[in-house]
Amino acid sequence: MKRWLSCAVLVGAACFGTVSARAEETLASRAQRWTELEHALFGSRTVLDGSALLSVQTPVRAMDAALVPVGITVAKGSGIKGLYLVIDDNPAPMAAHFSFGPEADPHALHLRVRVDQYTLVHAVAETKDGKLYSVASFVKAAGGCSAPAGTDAADALKDIGHMKLRLLGGFAPNEPVEAQLLIRHPNFNGMQMNQVTRLYTPARFINSVDVSYNNAKVFHLDSDISLSSDPAITFGFVPHDKGELEVVAHDTKGSIFTDSFDVPARAS
Amino acid sequence: MGAFRRNKMMQRSSVSRRQAMAGLCLCCLPTTRLLAAEGPARMVQVAPGIYIRHGLTADAAAGNADAIANIGFIVGAHSVAVFDPGGSLADGRALSLAVRAATKLPIRYVILSHEHPDHVFGAAAFAPDHPVFVGHAMLPEALAARGTFYQAGLDRILGQGKAGPVITPTRLVHDRDSLDLGGRSLTLTAHPPAHTTCDLSALDSLSGVLLTGDLLFVQRVPALDGSLSGWISELSKLKALGARNAVPGHGPVSVPWPGAAADLKRYLTVLQSQTRAAVAAAVPIGQAASEVAASERGKWRLFDDYNGRNVIEAYRQIEWE
Repeated sequence: MKRWLSCAVLVGAACFGTVSARAEETLASRAQRWTELEHALFGSRTVLDGSALLSVQTPVRAMDAALVPVGITVAKGSGIKGLYLVIDDNPAPMAAHFSFGPEADPHALHLRVRVDQYTLVHAVAETKDGKLYSVASFVKAAGGCSAPAGTDAADALKDIGHMKLRLLGGFAPNEPVEAQLLIRHPNFNGMQMNQVTRLYTPARFINSVDVSYNNAKVFHLDSDISLSSDPAITFGFVPHDKGELEVVAHDTKGSIFTDSFDVPARAS
Repeated sequence: MGAFRRNKMMQRSSVSRRQAMAGLCLCCLPTTRLLAAEGPARMVQVAPGIYIRHGLTADAAAGNADAIANIGFIVGAHSVAVFDPGGSLADGRALSLAVRAATKLPIRYVILSHEHPDHVFGAAAFAPDHPVFVGHAMLPEALAARGTFYQAGLDRILGQGKAGPVITPTRLVHDRDSLDLGGRSLTLTAHPPAHTTCDLSALDSLSGVLLTGDLLFVQRVPALDGSLSGWISELSKLKALGARNAVPGHGPVSVPWPGAAADLKRYLTVLQSQTRAAVAAAVPIGQAASEVAASERGKWRLFDDYNGRNVIEAYRQIEWE
């Protein structure tokens, strides 16, 4: 009867049964992992402690490893030009990189990600003067990357590229507001095997999203296989009297999906 | 109906998720006490010729052979049909021995109610009987997509090779089908997405007993893996079938029908209405997962192990309604 992911969590639990005995070793190896990632992702640049500037929120234990909500909060008034989300122990750790434009209000971001095993999740902010600040949160989840998202492949592709956008707060001109963007896309990450053909379902995922407001940049997102199917991105921006949000998303198969939304929504 | 006595060895050796997480490492314990008892499964005759083995209220764990679903068989005048072969090779073998203890008639059909491991991985234990494996038309695709994943996961819990190979059904039900067992027939219904995308139910013509597979959960919290709105509407259709008793996929081996569907209907309806409200009010998905259907906690076993993920699944579906 069970949906398998929870079993995968159980697998994790059984195999992590000795977690307490290995806690110190694990802490050390996690720190080592992050040191390596820092070097691989940011080269020789110094990554400073960011706890005064930003925070990253994950559930302690994910209920669904294929859909783990992650929030990043940045102190208001900080001059942030970019944010990185790194899931240390995922096959492709760099889950998302946002670079913000003039119309963005980068103090809050929400994403839904896949988590393959117990891992630290790092958020790294890049300030306008080019400094990097990181914070981390630990999440217990396993199996989110190799878990098949659904059993109906045709259905998964039916509405591909369809988008929805809504404001999560009341609209007021020149006041920051959060908007939630949903993109219908299976985000196949290439890690699911077909039992019959013994082949992996080819990867096909959203690898970039551009959002602009009245032709000015809100953000550019480079994303990877860690975003959950049907990517959901909640971001902040500052709408003016009237305007239009335009979204352009690309996937790895070369498809381009576009849509635009009136802000505030036009009464229908 | 005879009283069911739980297999004591299985009971002692089963381990809850919480125990596992508390640091009990099963892999390191001596295995002798952890092995499921060998021998025929303990069956309850819920109607003449219908034998059901009660599934444990637990998740798959080392030592319980994933014997967590209600599984069984129906004996006709000339042949036998198995309705769900069990959760592992050992579980299937125990059921196979139980069939042999009850009748010498050939096992002509093994019906797979849906794709989930606790229902299908015993199938290979029946291969020597050369039955026809029967399933929903969507089941091969579901097993193709998930079978390897399920098998590897179950092997990691039970031990390498214990899950058993994935068996793909060859007789596919697109809408309705009927299996003649001699003096009784099983009407099979292939349901649109509900609990999963490949749910098959069986109605016995002789007794009026409805074998629901996991379209019906009793006492154990349901798991949503198909379509929430679809499940609610299929439940209504099943009520109209005129069955008197049902065998749920999880819960007691025999329950009155349709009365026993009331709790499930209420849970699914609460899940749907409260998740819709959460989506409408822009309650974040993670927060919704810990708040929605809280009134149902205490009414279901294993509630906290599954409700949160049910909410997440419901939330995703409702977002795109």
